Formats: sequence, C-alpha cells, structure tokens
Amino acid sequence: MFYIFCPYCDERREEEEFHPSGQAHLVRPTDPESVSDEAWGDYLFFRDNPRGIHHEMWVHRLGCRKFFNITRDTTTYEILETYPMGEQPTITAETARVRREQGVQTADGGWQTVGAQPENSTLNEETSS
Amino acid sequence: MSEAHFEANGGNVAVFDTHPSEVIAAESPLHWSRERGLVDDVAGHDGDVKVVERPFLGHLILRGGAITLDEAVRAELGISLPGKPLGLNVDADGSRSVQWLSPDEWLVIVPGGEEFELENRLREHLGDAHFAIVNVSGGQTLVELSGDKARELLMKSVTYDVHSHGLPVGKAVGTVFAKTSVVLRRPNETGFELVIRRSFADYCVRWLLDAGREYGLRVESPSSR
Amino acid sequence: MTQPNRLNQGGRLDRSRRLSFTFNGQQYTGFAGDTLASALLANGVDIVNRSFKYSRPRGITAAGPEEPNAIMQLGASEAAQVPNVRATQQALYDGLVARSTNGWPSVQRDVMSWVGRLGGHLMPPGFYYKTFMAPASMWMTYEKWIRKGAGLGRSPAEADPDIYDHLNQHCDVLVIGAGPAGLTAALSAARAGARVILCDEQEEMGGSLLDSRESIDDAPAAAWAEQTVAELAGMDNVTLLPRTTANGYHDHNFVTLHERRTEHLADTAAAAGRDGEVRSRLHRVRAERVVLASGSHERPLVYANNDVPGNMVAGAISVYLRRYGVAPGQKLVLSTNNDHAYRAALDWKEAGREVVAVVDSRANPDGDLVKQVRDSGIRVVTGSAVMEASGSQRVTGARVVAIDTERFVVTGKVETLACDTIASSGGYSPVVHLASHTGKRPQWRDDLLGFVPGEVKSMHFAGGVQGVYALGETLADGGRAGAEAARAAGFAQAEAITLPSVEARHESPASALYQVPHEKTTLRAPKQFVDLQNDVTAAAVELATREGFESIEHVKRYTALGFGTDQGKLGNINGMAIAARCLHRAIPDVGTTVFRPNYTPVSFGAIVGRHCGELFDPERYTALHQWHVENGAEFEDVGQWKRPWYYPRKTGGKTESLHDAVARECLAVREKVGILDASTLGKIDIQGPDAREFLGRVYTNKWAKLAPGRVRYGLMCKDDGMLMDDGTTSCLGDNHFLMTTTTGGAATVLEWLELWHQTEWPELQVYFNSVTDHWATMTVTGPEARKLMSEVTDIDLDREQFKFMDWKQGNVAGVPARVFRISFTGELAFEINVQANYALHVWKTLFAHGEKYELTPYGTETMHVLRAEKGLIIAGQDTDGSVTPEDLGMHWAVGYDKPFSWIGKRALTRPDTARTDRKQLVGLKPKDPKVVLEEGAQIVLDPAEAIPMTMMGHVTSSYYSPVLKSGFALAVLKGGRDRMGETVYLPMADGTTHEAEVVSTVFVDPKGERQNV
Ligand SMILES: [Zn+2]
Repeated sequence: MFYIFCPYCDERREEEEFHPSGQAHLVRPTDPESVSDEAWGDYLFFRDNPRGIHHEMWVHRLGCRKFFNITRDTTTYEILETYPMGEQPTITAETARVRREQGVQTADGGWQTVGAQPENSTLNEETSS
Repeated sequence: MSEAHFEANGGNVAVFDTHPSEVIAAESPLHWSRERGLVDDVAGHDGDVKVVERPFLGHLILRGGAITLDEAVRAELGISLPGKPLGLNVDADGSRSVQWLSPDEWLVIVPGGEEFELENRLREHLGDAHFAIVNVSGGQTLVELSGDKARELLMKSVTYDVHSHGLPVGKAVGTVFAKTSVVLRRPNETGFELVIRRSFADYCVRWLLDAGREYGLRVESPSSR
Repeated sequence: MTQPNRLNQGGRLDRSRRLSFTFNGQQYTGFAGDTLASALLANGVDIVNRSFKYSRPRGITAAGPEEPNAIMQLGASEAAQVPNVRATQQALYDGLVARSTNGWPSVQRDVMSWVGRLGGHLMPPGFYYKTFMAPASMWMTYEKWIRKGAGLGRSPAEADPDIYDHLNQHCDVLVIGAGPAGLTAALSAARAGARVILCDEQEEMGGSLLDSRESIDDAPAAAWAEQTVAELAGMDNVTLLPRTTANGYHDHNFVTLHERRTEHLADTAAAAGRDGEVRSRLHRVRAERVVLASGSHERPLVYANNDVPGNMVAGAISVYLRRYGVAPGQKLVLSTNNDHAYRAALDWKEAGREVVAVVDSRANPDGDLVKQVRDSGIRVVTGSAVMEASGSQRVTGARVVAIDTERFVVTGKVETLACDTIASSGGYSPVVHLASHTGKRPQWRDDLLGFVPGEVKSMHFAGGVQGVYALGETLADGGRAGAEAARAAGFAQAEAITLPSVEARHESPASALYQVPHEKTTLRAPKQFVDLQNDVTAAAVELATREGFESIEHVKRYTALGFGTDQGKLGNINGMAIAARCLHRAIPDVGTTVFRPNYTPVSFGAIVGRHCGELFDPERYTALHQWHVENGAEFEDVGQWKRPWYYPRKTGGKTESLHDAVARECLAVREKVGILDASTLGKIDIQGPDAREFLGRVYTNKWAKLAPGRVRYGLMCKDDGMLMDDGTTSCLGDNHFLMTTTTGGAATVLEWLELWHQTEWPELQVYFNSVTDHWATMTVTGPEARKLMSEVTDIDLDREQFKFMDWKQGNVAGVPARVFRISFTGELAFEINVQANYALHVWKTLFAHGEKYELTPYGTETMHVLRAEKGLIIAGQDTDGSVTPEDLGMHWAVGYDKPFSWIGKRALTRPDTARTDRKQLVGLKPKDPKVVLEEGAQIVLDPAEAIPMTMMGHVTSSYYSPVLKSGFALAVLKGGRDRMGETVYLPMADGTTHEAEVVSTVFVDPKGERQNV
C-alpha cells in the first residue's frame, strides 16, 4: 500500500484514493496523419518496463481528480518524487546512477521529494520531505 | 420557471431553477433509508455519537482560476475562496461555506433555494471569464457527525487521518469512505461533516449505523422540508 | 483435578480464579493468567499433537509465537471453531475447548503412526517438490490422504456469530514489541510529544522483563515494566495495544496489527457477556516511523530425537517457571552454547526441582551466570552437548557426549543422564520477519551467530532484533531508537529517556553450534529435527544438498522447511547452518529467506472486517428505488447499481415469469406506452468556450454545427480505434453541453475527458463535472407517449415544434425539467430529467395520468430486447475493446474529414484495423424461432468440420422477441456484412447445433419511422 504525495492536495494520501495511468511523459504525436503505421503502433502499444527508476502517471481519482507524475523505483517501490503534469522529473535513471556512483542516497529520510522543478538544482543536494 | 442564458466569450450557457414554483414534496437522498426505518426524525437526543442530515441544501461546484473566482465569491457570498489546498471557509453562522476540491474546483454550500440566485449573481459578476458553475444540489447531501465517538466512528470508515493533526478545523478532503468516497469536512470543533453522493447514501447510512452500533449511533433527518 | 506441575507460589497468576477447560475431551483446570500452554503443562499434559508427516508425538516446546507443535483447534460450538491457534498465545478462559489440530483419531494412539515407523516412505524429503513435478492427478491422491491424516485445522461449518472490524490509525511512531527496548523507545518518543502506538502480541506488556531474574532500579524487572506501562497508559498521545500482533509490514510504513479483543475471554463475544463487541480488529496503521523491537527467538539445538515431549527451548523453561508458576518436569538437563541459557538451570533449581547437569559446548565458559550455576552446586559438563534424547512419549534421558564442532564429530564416550526434561539453547535469532516483508534481506552477523534486519527506510531497530541482548544495553538501545524515530517524525527535541540502573553482567561469548554431531552419520542417526512443524530433519536438508539444491530458497522448497504458518521461526537458521555445513560454505553464502506476511495467522474475519454481508459492496440506488421495491420489481446488478430488471405481476398467488413479464413489457412499449428509470446513465456537464472543440476531438462524429436545443448520438473510441463508450450529448448552449454515458462508463468517461484535457490539451477552455446523481432520468416511450406527456407538461409537444433529437425545457408535473426526444427503443420517446429530489413526485404523477394509457414500467431486460430489435448496441456487451465503429457498421457516425485528428482516427487506417475480414456486427435469426441462442456461443460455417473448428465469431446479445415471435440475436462475424442471407452454425456444448441466418441488425421498423411520429 503506497502512501502517495499528491502535488495538488499537497499531502500524502493512501494508495486506494489513486489509480495508476501507465507510463508518464507519453506525448501524442501532434500530426497523427503524418506518422507511420509503425510509429503509431509504438505510440499505442509499446511501453517501458525498467528495473529501477520509472516515471509513471497517476490520477488522484477519489481526491482532487488531477493527473500527476511519480518517479518510482520499481525494485524497492520507493516513490522518489511526485510532480505535476507539465513538469519534468528531477530524478531519472541517469541521475540515480550518478548518485549511486558518488555514494549519495536519494531522498533519504522520507519517501518522496516534493515540488520537483523543471531545472534541477545540484545533483547532490539532498531533498527530503 | 425561472431560467437564464448567459453570454460569455461569445457563446452561452443555459441554466434554470430546478425548484418548482409550487409546493411539491421532495425526498432527500436519505429518503429510502428512512422508509426502511434506518433514519429517525431529529430528536435532539445525545448519544456518544450522532449523525444528522442537513437535507435540501444548495450545492454548487465552481470551476475556474482561484483569483478570478475569489473576487466574485467574496462579493456575492461574503466568504473568501480558501487560499490553500483542502481549505474550508465557513461564514459566521455556519450556514454557508466554500471548500477547495482541487486547484480549479470549489464546492459552495448554501441554504436550500439560494443556489440558483447565487449562481446567477456569480455568472453576472464573472462575465467573460473562463469558469463553470454546476448545480449538484440533487446529487449529494450533507450529514453532520458529532459526539465523543465521532472520531473513532470515522476511523472505522475512512483511511484519512481524522485526528486534529490531520484534519484541523477549516480543512476538508475528498477521500475513501468504506468502499465509496465522500467529502470529509471539519467545519468546527464540535464535529465533522460528510458530503455523500445520493446513490451511495443508503450504503453510507448502513455503514455508519453498523460501525456506530457500539456507541448507540442514530441517524436523524428532519421529518419534512 | 490437581495441577501436578504447578508450583505452590510464583507466577503472574490470579490463583483465586480457577478456570476449567477441556483438551481433546478431557477436563482440566488452570488459573487466570495462564496461557492454554502453561495450563496444559501445569496439568502434566506431555503430548499435545502428532507431527505432520511422521505422526510422532509432540509436546510443548516454546512459550511464544514460535511454538511449532501446540497448534490447536478451538471452539466449544461449531460456529466458534478457530483453527491454527498456538496454545502458547491463547489466554486461558473458563470453558475453553481445545483439540489437537493433527492427530486424528487420538494424539496418544494414532493409526497414522505406522507411517512414521516406516520412516516416512509415503512422504520422503522432496515430497512436495516431487509431487508438484509429477502429474497433477498424483497430487490429488496425496492431498486427500494428507489432509485426512495430518489435519491442517478446519474452518467452521456454521456462520461465525462474532463480528470483526478495521480501524485506520495514523501515528508518528509505531513501536512493535513492548519488551525492554520497546518500552524505552515508546517512552522516549511519547515524552517528546509524538503520537505513539505501542503494540505487543502478549496478554501483558513487558516481554522478557516479565520472566527476568534481573533488577531494574533495585526492583524486579517486571515491576519496572508495570510502572512504565502505567506511565504510558496515562499519556494522551499514546495508544497501547496489548494482545496485538504486528503481522504485516507493507510499503511506505503501512503496518497491519491484529488485535484480539474478546478471544482471551470466551469462545464468542456473546459468551463473554460482550455481545455485539468486536472479536478481533485489524488496525491499519500508517506510521511516520516504525520502531521494531520484536526481540529474538531462542534457537533449539538439533540433536537426535529432539522432538520427543520433554525437549524444550531453554528460555521457555524460565517463562513457564517464573511467569506461570509451572515446572514442566522434575529432572532437567540443559544443553547450551551460550551463557544466557544458564538462567533456566537457576530458575529450575530455585523451583525445587533437580538440575542433573548443564552441558555446554564451550571449553571454558566463565560468565557470571556460569559462575552462579557452578556456585549453586550444579554439575557443568563442558565441551559437550546432548547428542540424543531417550524416550518416546516423554524424555527419559539425555545422551551426552564431548564434541568437536569444527570437525563435526563426537570425540568421547557417550554418557547417559537420566532426566525427564532437556532444555536446549543454540543462541538467539532476532525476529527480523517484519523487516523483510517488503523484500529487504536480513544480514548475517558472525559475532551474533544470527541474521539482523537489512536497512529498511523509516524503520528503526531496537534491542534483541538487532542482536542487543544484555538488559542494560537493550534499555539504552530502545531509548535511542525511540528518540531517533521521534526526531525523524518531526519532534526535534526528542531525547532518549534517562535510563534506570541495571547491574552489568559479564558474559562469555557463545560458540557456533546448530546441529550436534552424532556418533552415527546424520542419515543413519535417529531423526534430528530442524523444523518441527513441517517435520523437516537434518537428514532431509542434507539429502537436499546432495540432490543439488544449493540455495536455501531451493532447499526450503524441496524440504518444506519454514513453510506455512511456521515461517521458519525456530528452524530456519539451523536448516541453513546444516545446508552450509554440507556444502562447505559459510551460512550467509547459502542465502537467506525473506519472510512474508503474515507473521502469525490472522483470522479471515479480521481481514474482511465489516466488508461482508450486506456491506460487502455498495449498492447504489436511484431516487425512484422505493417505487420499484413497492411495485415488486426484480433487480439486476449493473455495476454497483440496483436497476429494476423486470416487474413481475402477481395474480392469484402466481408470479409472472421473467419471460412473460418481458413479453408483456415489450408489447406495452411497442403498442401503448412504457416508462423506464434511466437515472443510472452517466451524465457529464460540460462548460467552456472550447467545449464544442473538445467534443469533436473525443467523439468520432461531428459537433461543430450542433445547435442549442439539439441532441446528437456520439461514439467514443480509444486511440487504438476501438469503441469505448457511446451516448447522446445535448447542446444546452453554445458553451454548454450535457453528455450522457453508459451506466457502467460514467466514471471512466469522465476520467477519460479529464485525462485528455489535463495531459494533452490543457489549453482548451472547458470544464467537466459529473451530474449523474443530480438528475433523475425517466424515459416515457411508446405510441401513446405524447398523449401522456401532454397531460403533465407545459412543453409544446407538437411533432414539428419538438422534433426527434430535440430537447426542451419546461415543467413536468410541476417540476422544472429538461425533456429530450431521444429513443433507445425505436418508439416515440421522451426522456425527462428533473432534480433528483423531485423525481418520485414526477414519476408518481406520470402514473396517475398514465393509467388510461396502460402506462407500464419496464426494466433493463425489456430495454435490452427493445434496443436489440432496433440493432442498437450496448457498449461493453456488443463490443469488447476490439470493435471499431466500422466493425459496427456505424461509419455514418465517423467524421473522417474533421480538421482535428480525433482520438481513434489514425488507428482506423492501420492495416489490422482496416482489414475487410474483421468481425462485423450482424443480426442472426435462428432457423427455429423457438431457439434463443446463447450469448457467447461461437459461430462456425461448417458444422461437420473436425474439432478444433474454425471459429468465425460469436453471439453478443440474444433474446426472444414478442413482436417477431422468434428468438433473434446480434453477433460479431468475420466479414459478416458480406454474408447477409448465409446460414451459419452454432455448435453447443451438449452436442446439438443451431442454425441461423445472417440478417440485418435492425429487426423492427427498419426505416426508423416509429420514433419520428
Ligand atoms: Zn489530489
């Protein structure tokens, strides 16, 4: 049972208020008619299934009804950050690897960092809730 | 019947007063539960916990930007829009309230019959702005929970933290209630409020009665409008 | 009945309250404060069960949840039966009735025992593994035998009279375990102001302090525990939960606690005089921080015949003596590899019983406790261990021998010591279970000879669970952990409490000893049990390694080590040590097992809580529900909604059948007028200047020119081109629309609209809100509908003024309403929307006026027949997520030339979606009009084809039509539209085959004239 920080309600809520909506940051091609059948098939059907850092879209179905994104480690189920639609994650598979190599833990002391921004500040800065 | 068509952004919206001009019997969402003897008339009795319906209130959903709506709501209702997520602002006598539902959605509850006029005034005030107002008065009802065991009753029913740390006065949340969802509000020190959907009302009543059996819970509703 | 093993004094008992109970039909007495186990021991009951596989007699071994043998079936009545109760965890109450779980027909003399004498030939090691590898039919054969013989406990055959519930809890610090570490942790966190929950599985909080020989602040440790619990109980921010087991640790600090509220009092709450109270409760705790202070379980040593009644773990001896005033024997031999176990010998001697010898595997133990034992005159044999127990129904002696643990051999002559009790201690296993529930592997510590928890985010460890055993250190460790947890939860000032004074004690280090070497090889020696509950022996583990199972995870599956409710509490580490020895590896190199919830069994009642019976799932009612009930409707579940299915008439004590009622209702609509409660349809209010543009993007058809006052039917696809939902949408104003969805699609469609708005097109100015519950909807339909409506409304119903697919506003029965001229029946129809609070009045008024038109209420079954006769689909019945609008023959509702590439459009030209041989919606008319085809029946073209036949499609909707006087169906059929007039075949499971003709989907009024009158 996850405890998920809703970036709109600005607090953590029980998983049963939410619903997962699949991979985050999928973008519908703006001109579908000019996209090849194969590319359209990829957009429709093919999804990442990484071991480790993954970005997922969830909806606060029984709360504020808003969609938002989650950066989650699929091996530990740790939610590293949640951020509103339209923003980019501050933690990605790349940054997580760098952090690991440098011996820096991600988001220690809590489960989720909040208020992720499009431009990340410094990589080693500890952000915790 | 009073109706109104509002011009906004070159288009229009059609709304009308859903209340009949003549006196016609109305049934609140707790009607069927009452028919089966699950709901009593308001008796003013005090057990460890009591649930009382406030039926037939005016419920409006406001959609739009906070800044736009705030001015209109303050002007027309005399209550400011809650500035923070999960805020609940109640007027001095507790009969009118505005509640944050999401970053662009608020719930306004006013005495029954005021909602259409309020909607008209808000629409006039808001003019060309992009907003929406939706009357949902028939679709939900408000029940009040009070008494020493109200908090424990809620702990059996909702996963949300109902301790005053989690739900202080002036806070309201949409959350899971048993196997459905409700809006849970803390308007004052004395109790809690639930806004429940019409079609789930009987389930909610039965759940509350079951959970509150050990406290001698009664569910009450005014016998007529 | 006397209690032969009860000491005259001592124990935390209320000796003024004698309690009588029965075990396997025999009556006994105990005292208030006993567990079932301590009472059985007090009464000298040696054998409490038969073992699972070998059917060997077994006695009580431990004193806590790790007990592997004393697993009971409780219950004085059939309804109160509870399986899988550990006698060590069950408080004694007056009238308790317990039976052995295993041991049919009797624990003393058992027809199964020949299985054991044959050496388990029926169930050799690898039994489960091999059985599952064998054909499934073999398992069926074995399984009956095992269940009958072994008896895994049984569920009651009658309804449980008790109730169970859930309580959702939130706290800053949850402390699991109220022993010395848990108490100081809770106190440190609570004094800082944190919201604290302290739970403990035992009847009384205090853990090891309750049977400790040590002093705290110069008073007995138990007194300090009482005083600390009392302080905690007096604090507003502390919730104490005794008799509450933390059974599952889940993601993000979600912990399930199982609290037993009346189980310690009587069979049922009613029998305890607490009728209506909750028998047990599941606390669903979301904790900011968890302090795990679950302590440790003492490991028994593995030696030959170590399962004979009278073999116990050393610490349990002290618990029974000190806490329950029970000496479970007369003459004790203690076999140990550590100092701490020596206290059992001291406690035994102080109880006036004889300690024959302490046998220590270490060469030169010199700790304070060892000295104390030596000073008291007890014989200490060093460098040795108990190699084998003698006796069958009860220990009669201990065969002691010098051993070389390095080379795993015996090095001296065997000495046999006469005794009736052998206590053994192989060291302590931290109770790491909860720390590994989320997948974190425990870590081996050579210095502790045990596994400690791996790092778990937001969990703190205190005391025995991380190998801190000495009392003073444990108290300090708890204080530290509690303060750390409180600080992490936001109480920056939190500090560990000032510690009480405890006398330090010198302990000599333990030596590693798991399996005691025997003079014979492991495979030839008498059975040396590793896992008593699952009857796994050292030989079985050795055999597993010989058969090539090298990881403990595999050994476990091969042998059943640590299976089931045991979860390896006593046996896991011994099993791993044996595997490691056989494989010539270090223990951590054979791996470790992670544990799964639940730590101990939880009753299904507690898991279910109040979500049972009529509260199992919400029932949604429309505003007209009362009328339906009062008018005898039969109901159909549509999602969570209760919808009238049909309204059977009752005449002369006879109730109309479904078939007859539906035929009557159908004809009423086709010939007169009927009325349907359509309130369950999803309704979404859409406002905003871009509402129209948005509709154009989510519907397949065009919305640009729909004028206010008009209604249009729309199809909604997913982006793969498959139909998702359908419904009508009305233009209320240029910026204002009312969308309807299917009953089941209401929430899905609203979220779908939000998804696209929030994630792809946030620039569009539009808002969506559900008004499903706000409006009650009633459909008045049939040739007489206009006449009826004209009596109750001020709306101009003239067919030219109020056309098909128009909507109007006005009063119906005096109530403001929107009325829509849309039809799902093919007949003239008016769909009325009024605010739900007034629905009953409007509905009743229609009936008051409708009598002369024979107004007939109809339900969902008739609705289905009527719409199917018209070829109108139901999304989700005639479609299944693999059907495009083209497949449905609804290209008229697809706007290929709309400027925006609407959702689903692009996919419709993908090669697979554009195939011409896709399954297409057709009508089927059975050749035999009496036949109503089965929904889901497969369609073939050649009934003589050998199985597997070429399946061409299937029936999606099928009914009997009273108008056609024939069965008829809708179906999807490959290339169906080119097969009009062809005969297809539907082979049924009973061997018969139906014939049907492929026809148009519209069976009634193909030109659609009736709805336009
Ligand atoms: Zn939210």
